[in-house]
Amino acid sequence: MEIDAAKMIGAGLAVIGLGGVGAGIGSIFASLISSIARNPASRGQVFGLAMLGFALVEAVALYALLISFLILFT
Amino acid sequence: MANPLEQFTIKTLVPIQLGQVDASLTNAGLFMVLTVAAILLFLSLSMRQRLLVPGRWQSMAEISYEFIAGMIRDNVGSEGRKYFPFIFSLFMFILFANLIGLIPYAFTFTSHIAVTFAMALVVFLGVTVIAIARHGLHFFSFFLPSGIPKVMAPVLVPIEILSYLSRPISLSIRLFANMMAGHTMMKVFAGFVVPLGILGGWAPLSVDVALTAFEFLVAFLQAYVFTVLTCLYLNDAINLH
Repeated sequence: MEIDAAKMIGAGLAVIGLGGVGAGIGSIFASLISSIARNPASRGQVFGLAMLGFALVEAVALYALLISFLILFT
Repeated sequence: MANPLEQFTIKTLVPIQLGQVDASLTNAGLFMVLTVAAILLFLSLSMRQRLLVPGRWQSMAEISYEFIAGMIRDNVGSEGRKYFPFIFSLFMFILFANLIGLIPYAFTFTSHIAVTFAMALVVFLGVTVIAIARHGLHFFSFFLPSGIPKVMAPVLVPIEILSYLSRPISLSIRLFANMMAGHTMMKVFAGFVVPLGILGGWAPLSVDVALTAFEFLVAFLQAYVFTVLTCLYLNDAINLH
């Protein structure tokens, strides 16, 4: 197989992992919305934790994207 | 299609050779100097008129101070106050670096693993040295969580050690990958605009506008996450050992 074709296929396979990240981010914000709905006064405290959680999950998305770019462009 | 990764190449601007060491001023170095200059100008000029009821610029400087002071108070406690200068410098450096990189034709030096790994290593080694200086050999009890059955200890302790050692790696890769992926995506979509012409070019352009807005959020969020995790690791070092 040509190396360029293999790179394209590899890059495509590498981003399959982003599906889990979408579920994870949706889960974080679902629990954020329901916790603010239960207790609107907790919004300030909970929002900071939600942002931290979002960034940590997004980091996993970027690890997958990083591998994909590495496969595609080097 | 032009290579979207070409924007990350490091170019030497002023060649300086100190013996065996290549200490040239590169575009990364130039933007680091610009970032520090921007932070110094922002803070010193905003606080020049020490109004009791702050104006707009002074408000921004005071808000950034309060934000980090509150973060340290919540995550580290009163013992963390002596680390405020370091945490504040770290946050402002990463924030201004990420934001300045969003200016067209500017260089985002936090998109290089060398830069982010150096920062993460400083944080990791600093936190470990603080922990060992404070607790001595008792520091190693951190790797044995309390309240577990003794049988599981040989399994858990290597896992705990590995997850502790992976902290600088995850800290550096999170920032570097966010910056690199964001800028690469902006370039990729920008590369679609001209080939699609007048009829179709507005679609990737509007995606690019949305991406740039998203990148402003990511710039702030990544600086915040790096700093909050540093505070949490500092808390681990000072307490809970």
